[in-house]
Amino acid sequence: MGLKLYLDLLSQPCRAVYIFAKKNGIPFQLHTVDLLKGQHVSEQFLQLNCQRKVPVLKDGNFVLTESSAILIYLSSKYQVADHWYPADLQARARVHEYLGWHTDNIRGIFGVPLWTKVLGPLIGTQIPEEKVERNRKNMFESLQRLEEKFFGDGTFLTGYQVTVADLMCLEELMQPVALGYNLFEGRPQLTAWRARVEAFLGANLCQQAHGRILSIQEQAAKNALPVPYPEVQSRMMLRIARIP
Amino acid sequence: MVLELYLDLLSQPCRAIYIFAKKNGIPFQMHTVDLRKGEHLSDAFAQVNPVKKVPAMKDNDFTLSESVAILLYLTHKYKVPDHWYPQDLQARARVDEYLAWQHTTLRRSCLRALWHKVMFPVFLGEQVPSETLAATLAELDVNLRVLEDKFLQDKAFLVGPHISLADLVAITEVMHPIGGGCPVFEGHPKLAAWYHRVETVVGKELFREANEVILKVKDSAPVNLIIKQKVMPRVLAMIQ
Repeated sequence: MGLKLYLDLLSQPCRAVYIFAKKNGIPFQLHTVDLLKGQHVSEQFLQLNCQRKVPVLKDGNFVLTESSAILIYLSSKYQVADHWYPADLQARARVHEYLGWHTDNIRGIFGVPLWTKVLGPLIGTQIPEEKVERNRKNMFESLQRLEEKFFGDGTFLTGYQVTVADLMCLEELMQPVALGYNLFEGRPQLTAWRARVEAFLGANLCQQAHGRILSIQEQAAKNALPVPYPEVQSRMMLRIARIP
Repeated sequence: MVLELYLDLLSQPCRAIYIFAKKNGIPFQMHTVDLRKGEHLSDAFAQVNPVKKVPAMKDNDFTLSESVAILLYLTHKYKVPDHWYPQDLQARARVDEYLAWQHTTLRRSCLRALWHKVMFPVFLGEQVPSETLAATLAELDVNLRVLEDKFLQDKAFLVGPHISLADLVAITEVMHPIGGGCPVFEGHPKLAAWYHRVETVVGKELFREANEVILKVKDSAPVNLIIKQKVMPRVLAMIQ
């Protein structure tokens, strides 16, 4: 019974885990948990993760949630190249410093455009323009802080090599990019960083991982997205209510 | 030069680092950064942490922010007993899982509970609508339930039979609403028992010392109006 990863590539942290596993040649069985179809609220999935969230890892009987925990577990178990999660005390500390900062400054902010442009309208909810504008402002301020804090020493976020920090960050930024926000315009440092990460990962892998999010708006426009059923819609409304 | 820790024991993550360093006999110089006096916004502190937050750590030329990063740095550098952050892959993953989960859930709702119940009215002189407080306390209860049902279950400590970083971070989180006078353990008997176990392992004296500030938080002096102007936007961003 091998490694299983329960993912929906619509989700930023799921993409980070997917890319990491693929890039490192970690063999796994992909179980797609289609969020729009409400597969995360099924009885079956509830048994796996009572929090009803993705990503989830299952290794034999061991079930693990939280993307950063999953990335660290995979790093150690499959003994990936050191640069992903360096053994060096200070280098590793910088990765954790980024991951902590990421939770307050990136997570929760860059995911909002998918809600305002696609998921809200999908269930007939228009998010007020004031909130859309506030989110845009929050994203741009976060990018400013990101560049100030992490683009000093080194070509990647925490040093001179790609780490799990770069993956987590890139995948968050891809969310609004896929929805038409030009986050990289006028940001040469950020643009160069993204190009370096994507070059390292390879175009094929990026295409594979980003396909779903990049086509979501088009699918919505063609009415090709499943309309979530009521239980999922009420959970979506709760998430929408939390948009500042 | 000895390790320097920039802390305010008002802050949950600062308490976790304080307890961890003291419990493990890690020598450090304590620099108190009084948040209620706006000391974190000073130019001097910005030299240590440009993000102007506590906790922050300085180990000679190496400065570090973010509590989980600091806790793990101390764990590895000072080779503390294994149970804090086990070598075993799966046990360690459980600690990582808790540390990742808590940031936007339990920590956030404990923070909001304290601010809505005590800090806004007492320190900032701002009224909080009763519906807001009620919603915050309800959310806190949900997260306490997850702490109990998903993480603790029937174990002695959050990830197994021994205390770990997860327990330290969790206990310092729940001290916030406890300091605020919220009946945290009502309806959560397993958590009450866990709390006493953690307190015993940490040691009653150290536990009391670390929590002295939060337990007196209801007696906070009203904020200086100039400082209020400076801290208000950051407070609002923090508890969002």
